[in-house]
Amino acid sequence: MKELIQNILDLAKSKGAKYADVRIVRRQDEEVEVKNGKVEALTRDEDFGFGIRILFQGAWGFACSSKVTRGEMRTVFGKALKIAKASSKVKGKEVVFPSASPVVARYKTPISIDPFDVAPEAKLDLLLKADEILRRNKKVKISEAFSGSYKTEKTFASTEGSYIEQEIIECGAGISATAIEGGEIQVRSYPNSFRGNFATRGYEWVEKLALADQAERVAEEVSQLLSARPCPSKTTTLILDSSQLALQIHESIGHPIELDRILGTEASYAGTSFLKPEMVGHFKYGSELVNIVADATYPGGLGTFGYDDEGTKAQRVPIISRGILVNLLTSRETVHLLEKESNGTMRADGWNRIPLIRMTNINLEPGEWTLEQMIADTEDGLLLTTNRSWSIDDKRINFQFGAEVGREIKNGKLGEMVKNPTYTGITPKFWNSCDAIANRDHWQMWGTPNCGKGEPGQVAHVGHGTAPARFRNVQAGVMKA
Amino acid sequence: MIERESAVHLLKKVVQESPADQTEAILLTEDSSLARFAGSAIHQHVAERNRTVILRVVLGKKITVVTTNIFLPSSLKKSVQRAISLAKVQQPNDEFISLSGPESLPEIETFSENISRLTPNHKGRMIKSMLRRAKEKGCQSAGAFSNGEVELAVFNSLGMEAYQRFSDLFLHLIVENEKSSGYASFVSRDPDQLDVDSLVQEAVGKTSREEPTQIEPGEYEVVLEPYAVSELLSFLGYLGFHALAVQEGRSFFSNRFGEKMVGEKVTVYDDGLDAEGLQVPFDFEGVPKKKVTFFDRGVAKEVTYDSFTAGREGKKSTGHGLIAPNTEGPIPINLFMKGGESSLEEMVKSVRRGIYVTRFHYANVVEPMKAVITGMTRDGTFLIEEGEIKRPVKNLRFTESILKALSRVTGISKNRRICSEGTVYSRRFVTGTVAPAIKIDGFNFSGVSAL
Repeated sequence: MKELIQNILDLAKSKGAKYADVRIVRRQDEEVEVKNGKVEALTRDEDFGFGIRILFQGAWGFACSSKVTRGEMRTVFGKALKIAKASSKVKGKEVVFPSASPVVARYKTPISIDPFDVAPEAKLDLLLKADEILRRNKKVKISEAFSGSYKTEKTFASTEGSYIEQEIIECGAGISATAIEGGEIQVRSYPNSFRGNFATRGYEWVEKLALADQAERVAEEVSQLLSARPCPSKTTTLILDSSQLALQIHESIGHPIELDRILGTEASYAGTSFLKPEMVGHFKYGSELVNIVADATYPGGLGTFGYDDEGTKAQRVPIISRGILVNLLTSRETVHLLEKESNGTMRADGWNRIPLIRMTNINLEPGEWTLEQMIADTEDGLLLTTNRSWSIDDKRINFQFGAEVGREIKNGKLGEMVKNPTYTGITPKFWNSCDAIANRDHWQMWGTPNCGKGEPGQVAHVGHGTAPARFRNVQAGVMKA
Repeated sequence: MIERESAVHLLKKVVQESPADQTEAILLTEDSSLARFAGSAIHQHVAERNRTVILRVVLGKKITVVTTNIFLPSSLKKSVQRAISLAKVQQPNDEFISLSGPESLPEIETFSENISRLTPNHKGRMIKSMLRRAKEKGCQSAGAFSNGEVELAVFNSLGMEAYQRFSDLFLHLIVENEKSSGYASFVSRDPDQLDVDSLVQEAVGKTSREEPTQIEPGEYEVVLEPYAVSELLSFLGYLGFHALAVQEGRSFFSNRFGEKMVGEKVTVYDDGLDAEGLQVPFDFEGVPKKKVTFFDRGVAKEVTYDSFTAGREGKKSTGHGLIAPNTEGPIPINLFMKGGESSLEEMVKSVRRGIYVTRFHYANVVEPMKAVITGMTRDGTFLIEEGEIKRPVKNLRFTESILKALSRVTGISKNRRICSEGTVYSRRFVTGTVAPAIKIDGFNFSGVSAL
């Protein structure tokens, strides 16, 4: 393999490419999905191929193929070069791509149990057991349980002499119960909605989630939701649990800080950002309590890796410090605008996609409160738990979220359950209204395995570490009846 | 391209190697390219060649799916063995009846040889021309231009044999000046249908030099362009137009067939064979596409089926099976809304005070049974007063039941257009929705953008 790659890199140099890289990626997925006591999906996927990226005459070209042979690699190289030449005629400014020292390294996700060594029967049993407990509650009309195991082996090599091999293993699982009555649907999930919680860990992560232990509670809560009052419509104090806050961070901080979005290269699809590069260093994104880091090194985070897909080492960098925007997510090509070095966020969704700036683990640093203190300190408000829906505009400034369940807070105590809780806000106003963040004991990593961006579409696996936090004067209850 | 004979030969061999009671093999190939541009440059231009076999085996009532894109004979053999060994430990699904048997397939042309003209240089020249024309109008451009050749072949042990090759291209364009942005998009199987000048003109026509004003959220009359209408229809397709959602009791159609649920002007259907859309002769199970009408003059009528959901009810598949294992249901991918007698201009003229919406952005479901969704307007939102488009307004957030909105439709344009985001997050298979512009007397805007 090394020789095949080197041949292409030598060819690139001989043709006058300023830079080229080759990535060979092999992926294996195994997913199990149980619904209403039946195994709806038991699947095994394998996906293998290579991609060649060339910087030639100041423009990029990329081509890829699933046929990994010497002949095909040369053909694909020719195609990538042709594309770069064509693009160089419509290039605007020359691509600025600072050189980097060669890196020769290996990285492997540290795990205890390789999920692909676990018998499928054991995975089925675990899910079927949890699913059966969910269905004991007669209000539950759809019970679901999911587990997924993913292994990505990738080799990256560049004309700069880098040669990096990585093996990244991810696991995730979750359960959900859906109750349907009188034209209404309610859902409760554990540990998170949309299939569960995911991490760069081995199968020990799935076992630790103890899905069956939570199934009865999940079923009971969804049945209670059917008869709960609708979320009141009012401007109020919100406490978001850490899983809901994870998605709030994802949509209203994680995406707006992507420098490629800010520069407009996602304008025609996912949108741009309300941020500008010149806002770095002084823009007050949030209150003084808000500290955000992009941490690709956090053990177990779904956005944890060794090196990004242009050979930059994974890093932990402050993004918002005491409420002030201090950095953005960057790549080698974009970072010169900030006069900094790339913070290593270029990742591609497989061999057939080019790397883009993607979130790593975008974490909210813990505060000093306990959740109990936060509730006790709130006269009137709502505690919202587990995301149910999300929407945000193309500049990432006007958002609306829905949660699975809400609880009223009255005079420092948790009150009635409310259903269909929603809230809406304006990104900087919302983060500046944060006046309490729970401490390290409440802090938890959440894996988001479905972050979409780019064309052709790419799905990234990213993480968010959060603790519950409190926000003042938020418009809640925006549901249209 | 693998071509029909080789594709069928490959799948036949794979299926014959399987000792399962029933085996299905799907082949999907892709040879595609996509260029993205922003400002005055192509900043990304990629090409991909991929091919995948999706193997579904049935042992008794035990079903598993194994996918591979490694085509070495030993790898394909290993995939069959892996699928069988997984099936052995799988639980039986008593509701499974059978894969579909062979049927005669419609013969339609879905491939244009002209697609090969779209070389990197040719596309580059077209993009350059668009950028220049938009610039002449004082606008910067951003967009994506993609073309692809796709093959879909389905073969199963019951004798099903289906093969089709498709060409497709899509282009979407956003133009922007210092005050506003505009949008236009195109999708087709035939590159000769593409007129980039008219796309630029359409997108530029949505921009304004005027500062957008902020209007109060609330209920307004709206005129929705086909782009916005197609988004509403797609959500209905996902939430309720298919048998799985009905069988699970989570569709807005549940227990309401025969009932008038939306305005009588509204007829919505799926038709993979209608040449106005992106034609597809058969589904991912090889079953020929049948026309399915969801709303017939406002009345809830029928839903789509694949072999599994049809088997549950003793019915026949309507040809809406998606790639196995499909746990989302047979979601329709060739949606149409019937055109009316009006025109965009006439509808705008009939509005006393309302909002003109070009398209929506990042919509999501708030309450599925009522089809309540929320999202933002984007790239061309205007205030209409006394029958005239008066001025641009800041983008608005809507939170509205699509069913309620369709109950208040008072105007539908005669002209329709095919709308497609073009891109997908997995294998390339470009789909489109054919929608008219509509006028709705009462649409709820719940918020306004800060910018």
